[in-house]
Amino acid sequence: MRKKSFKLVLFALLAISMLLAGCTGKTRETSGGKESGNGGGPKKDTLVYGRGGDSTSLDPITTTEGEAYKVTENIFETLVSYGEKDVTINPGLAEKWDVSDDGLTYTFHLRQGVKFHDGTDFNAEAVVFNFNRWMNGDEDKFPYYTMFGGYKNDEGHVIKEVKAVDEKTVQFVLKRPQAPFLKNLAMSPFGIGSPAAIEKYGDDFRSHPVGTGPFKFVEWKQNDTITLERNPDYWQEGLPKLNKVIFRVIPENTARLNALVNGEIDIMDGLNNSDEATVKANDKLQIIERPSMNVGYIGMTTTRKPFDNKLVRQAMNYAIDKKALINAFYGGKAEPAINPMPPSIKGYNESIKDYPFDLEKAKALLKEAGYEKGLEIDLWAMPVARPYMPEAQKVAEVIQENLNKIGVKANIKSVEWATYLDKASKGEFDMFMMGWTGDNGDADNFLYTLLDKDSIGSNNYSYYSNDELHDILIQAQTETEEAKRNELYKKAQEIIKDDAPWVPLVHSIPLLAASKDVVNYVPHPTGSEAVTNVEFK
Amino acid sequence: MLAYTARRILSLFPVLIGMTLVVFAIIHAIPGNPAQMILGQRATKEAIAEVTRQLGLDKPWYIQYFDYINSLVHGDLGTSLRTRGPINQEIWPFLSATMELTLAAMLIAVFIGVNAGIISAWFSKSWFDYLAMVLALIGVSMPIFWLGLMEQWVFSIELGWLPTTGREDVRDPVSAITNLYLIDTLLQGRFDQFGTVLQHLIMPSLALATIPMAIIARMTRATMLEVMKSDYIQTARAKGLGMFWVVYKHSLKNAVIPVLTVIGLQTGLLLGGAILTETIFGWPGIGRYLYDAIAYRDYPVIQSGILVIAAIFVFINLIVDLLYVLVDPRIKFTK
Repeated sequence: MRKKSFKLVLFALLAISMLLAGCTGKTRETSGGKESGNGGGPKKDTLVYGRGGDSTSLDPITTTEGEAYKVTENIFETLVSYGEKDVTINPGLAEKWDVSDDGLTYTFHLRQGVKFHDGTDFNAEAVVFNFNRWMNGDEDKFPYYTMFGGYKNDEGHVIKEVKAVDEKTVQFVLKRPQAPFLKNLAMSPFGIGSPAAIEKYGDDFRSHPVGTGPFKFVEWKQNDTITLERNPDYWQEGLPKLNKVIFRVIPENTARLNALVNGEIDIMDGLNNSDEATVKANDKLQIIERPSMNVGYIGMTTTRKPFDNKLVRQAMNYAIDKKALINAFYGGKAEPAINPMPPSIKGYNESIKDYPFDLEKAKALLKEAGYEKGLEIDLWAMPVARPYMPEAQKVAEVIQENLNKIGVKANIKSVEWATYLDKASKGEFDMFMMGWTGDNGDADNFLYTLLDKDSIGSNNYSYYSNDELHDILIQAQTETEEAKRNELYKKAQEIIKDDAPWVPLVHSIPLLAASKDVVNYVPHPTGSEAVTNVEFK
Repeated sequence: MLAYTARRILSLFPVLIGMTLVVFAIIHAIPGNPAQMILGQRATKEAIAEVTRQLGLDKPWYIQYFDYINSLVHGDLGTSLRTRGPINQEIWPFLSATMELTLAAMLIAVFIGVNAGIISAWFSKSWFDYLAMVLALIGVSMPIFWLGLMEQWVFSIELGWLPTTGREDVRDPVSAITNLYLIDTLLQGRFDQFGTVLQHLIMPSLALATIPMAIIARMTRATMLEVMKSDYIQTARAKGLGMFWVVYKHSLKNAVIPVLTVIGLQTGLLLGGAILTETIFGWPGIGRYLYDAIAYRDYPVIQSGILVIAAIFVFINLIVDLLYVLVDPRIKFTK
């Protein structure tokens, strides 16, 4: 009896291991078959995109998160669109548009024959429906709609009315001119959704997105994959080239690179700068650089001692060695920041010279400010990696060392990210690391959003307030003539440079890595792009 | 047995009620108005009032608690602030993913751990014993983060045997029924997918198994050594019973109670989500779901997630208690 049961166990084990072996063999074959598809067999047409986090919503207006737009850019389209590599304005769902001389009326002529994925027609009524939905919401529901100055009954709201002139013509009437109006319209959150689907799904539209874009939504396995498939009725002939796109979450950067090397994904973002050499050494992989539209900076809370003193803030600017930081932590893939916005943005002031790295000058300024005996401050380092700040803790240590040389003792501190932002917006930090990636490629989205006194309590973490600057920035918001507007922003940057509420550190170049057979992947400076033209060699 | 089971189940109720009280208290323990925290700095007064009303925070606490229990009883775990989805639907795939991983890891941990412990005790002070215990020590102290990346490097990049991350071949996805992919693929007769899913399961479950395996091995060895010294084992051996049966039947049965306890506790811990393992292997489990919720201050998810995990923990301990009786019938008379 005992022997029998022992034999039975042995036999069961044997059977299980044979079953496993059999299965493993089979999968080898299938995956092998797929790999041969790269070469002689049928062309590869599924792109697997590896990224660090999941989307929180696929209704782009309901979120401010970049991970959402990476997906929705493929499902939804906007009235006007950005250039392939820049933030120039190009036709989108609107073929052309007219602007009245007073800058108050925009008339859009819509593309003919465009259909939503559910088969309903895209027309002027659909545009009106979407804008009415958004302007009747609030900041909790549709956060990015604040780009238009608020919601329907708010005083600052710039859109007076959106009306359908006829089936293919839609008109926006503004209360006052808004210079970046078209650039705002091109932002991912303002993708036009199918009114029928929005009515059908209600709040659930966020997990059942229906747009006009090159790809249709198929499935969302949360924290795992989002699958899109080709829209066969897409209005651009012969596009998209891929049959399927799968966005896959692999949180850890190194593990994601391992998955790429192993062929489980075809492209990934968030490559560590330190892994660039590994990718370059692998002849099956390529590096893709995203054009920079960000800034990483050290903020100083101008309402707190000792940073209420301009001389102290300037001294900090002299004391930090940006070049050394870039070489050490960005693998050279960043340029030193001089102004709060990157040079690619219109209105950038090229004549401003940076404070040079000069410890003696820094010491002299501290002495002038009455801190010749040195001082002690808290330096807050962000707890997360961002494209503009991949290794905040280590950067903080180098800055600590820099400051030590001018007699400033910096205590490095950190706290979990949500609390970090909360404390920063309340002005509770002395000196802190922070950064920003542009939303719409407009100077207003950097200078006003980050440094105007109106933005104190939200994104103006340094509590910097200058009335002269405020007047200039408000004037620039309504100035529609580009040359004049650029002059205003140049002047604004001079004021900021002198007041020195920040030490601007870097404009970094985010890195992607892809399998070598992926072609036509053109990353956009805003951080998200459709993969309409992407294909495999 | 029946009476004992009933008694044990009844004794769960105070525990469960206590749990709901603690979880309920979380949202009230946050300094400041939760509605303000949820909406952020720029929120208008009206919006705060609206959310306060939605959360029912304008009512007395006992009414709030009653409402909370009432919705729990009806299977309503609330709505995620971040995704706005119903949590009772959202949480299930994460829970299943974690369960699959945990069960696989515990199978490995128990099979290897118990056997290593037994053999170490059987041949105590032999080279096997020393080797196994040194390995167990390393296992307990191994950083999972490092271990996971090393596994990927060796088994995926260098040897090409196993996939690095995820639960399935995303180019040929499993259509979920129970969300336990091993079962789903079998139900659909997709044996090829079953194999792929199994391949995906191996590395993360090995990584996750390391620590419990080491603990179980050490625990088994210690209790086995104890039991094997006892008189009845000496008697059994004197009777001429084969060593294999002495060890695996007579000794193990008496040594297994403390080991069961450890297995139960470890399973409960792993089911709570293994954030590091899930992160490195891109495993969409409950640990990362909760971690994300904490990072975004998604209080309803944090509340419900903790509640569900705690409930599972309690449930597993119930099973362990019942197993004690199966293994050692004397236990039910002690209470």
